[in-house]
Amino acid sequence: MNNFIEVQHADMVFSTRKGRFHALRDINLTVAKGEFVTLIGHSGCGKSTLLNLIAGLTTPTGGTLLCDNREIAAPGPERAVVFQNHSLLPWLTCIENVQLAVERVFGAKEGKAQLVARAKAALALVGMDHALSKRPHEISGGMKQRVGIARALAMEPKVLLLDEPFGALDALTRAHLQDELLKIVARTQSTTVMVTHDVDEAVLLSDRIVMMTNGPAATIGEVLTVELERPRNRVELAEDSRYVHCRKEVLDFLYTRHGRIDKQAA
Amino acid sequence: MVSAVFHSPTQAMLDAKSGVKPVGVAPAEAKPVQPAAPAPAAKPSYDWPALGMKVFPPLIGVALLIGIWALLTMKSTTFPTPAATFAEAIKVFSDPFYSKGPNDQGIGWNILFSLERVALGFGMAALVGIPLGFMIGRFEVLNRMVSPLISLLRPVSPLAWLPIGLLVFKAANPAAIWTIFICSIWPMIINTAVGVQRVPIDYLNVARVLNLSEWKVITRILFPAVLPYMLTGVRLSVSTAWLVIVAAEMLTGGVGIGFWVWDEWNNLNVQHILIAIFVIGVVGLLLEQMLVSVAKRFTYDEV
Repeated sequence: MNNFIEVQHADMVFSTRKGRFHALRDINLTVAKGEFVTLIGHSGCGKSTLLNLIAGLTTPTGGTLLCDNREIAAPGPERAVVFQNHSLLPWLTCIENVQLAVERVFGAKEGKAQLVARAKAALALVGMDHALSKRPHEISGGMKQRVGIARALAMEPKVLLLDEPFGALDALTRAHLQDELLKIVARTQSTTVMVTHDVDEAVLLSDRIVMMTNGPAATIGEVLTVELERPRNRVELAEDSRYVHCRKEVLDFLYTRHGRIDKQAA
Repeated sequence: MVSAVFHSPTQAMLDAKSGVKPVGVAPAEAKPVQPAAPAPAAKPSYDWPALGMKVFPPLIGVALLIGIWALLTMKSTTFPTPAATFAEAIKVFSDPFYSKGPNDQGIGWNILFSLERVALGFGMAALVGIPLGFMIGRFEVLNRMVSPLISLLRPVSPLAWLPIGLLVFKAANPAAIWTIFICSIWPMIINTAVGVQRVPIDYLNVARVLNLSEWKVITRILFPAVLPYMLTGVRLSVSTAWLVIVAAEMLTGGVGIGFWVWDEWNNLNVQHILIAIFVIGVVGLLLEQMLVSVAKRFTYDEV
């Protein structure tokens, strides 16, 4: 198995006004090419911090992160991020938002028409080709998130990083987008790291589930391999014993062994 | 008796307003209602009570002001009555663009000269202030360097800068423009800088992930995000500039609405001073409205 993303002894300490905050401690993780990994844990356990480290948006205070055998020092288009709040630019239309990404990556080599075609193709992939010239405030939350995913996909990234992409959506929309994401990932063979707090989402989508302990100084508690063949169907899986077992494992980790402790602290 | 004086001053007031673009005086009694009239013609089922609520209270306010003015000046010999002021206004606006030497020109010229000074001073302030605000917002070092200076200089009355202008430029007109420049630069610097600092971190993260060039960051992310803040600064600046130009012109002389006020005070022509006050108010209002509509055009909905 080739290790496409390698996180070696990563440590993250934030210096805040209230003093130092040890967010992550000794994180070791490898992600293979084409693998789908989810990071799950209670809120505040640093899973988004870990994703930001992989994205290069923050630099670790200790340890090293490698992507394709090169150190991750800064963000770059080969590691596309889908943000939790979609972060579309409100003054640009959907296609302009996507084009912004496309132009940067392919602008040097390709003509204008090709760039537009790429942006359109990315939006078509997420089923948003009917709203090319709409602005973000004119479309629903689920649609915005689709455009956010299209923006990331349009760059043809080596790694797709998703930070709770469906967290703000209603359950039906979320299920729908999860299915779409499954199809897209199957088609593009992307290496994907996704942060979530939804156990079903994690089991349904992942090859491996990385379960994180509670912060401060959170680290990886356990890694569960989901041995379910693809393509996966949520309805069929609902009664599959392996699915139920995986689900039980994660729930057990989150609520029995690493239940929220910050209530006592607060 | 009061009601007899009542009608014509209302008219005088409205004519003084519309006098900004010099027009003839319409004698029709129905004229005061006219500005609100076009809408109901288009839609048959118009919300009449709401329209009434929009039109009548302001009219009553204006009428009340003029009524009190009329009552107070009934027996006065020094302060002009509304009727006398109205009569004078007709004269002034019937020939706004005459020119009899440098110290005696029509009100139209006076307004245009004042507006020209404001435009020059304000334009230069925008050229300097907006880029400076961008840099202050973007670079923390510069922010720390400049903000104590801004805090120190901003509260100073712009007129205090007039002597410096006179000293440096050795002429009244550039000194007045310089004063406008100084007073309108602060709101633009500060608002632009605050706007840049408040650009949502998510947008900047997008820029970092997409690895956008600094130029793209400025044109596609910073500029649109900052624009609403910037326009607020511009609006504040223009209002201040219009406030200050009157005072500056009183001191520097030349052709201009401020000088006109001062000149008419020296002539003891109080009607003209009152007319000037209306005109200054109306021009200020129009400038403000113009920029509000520009700002509306460029604000986007947060998502």
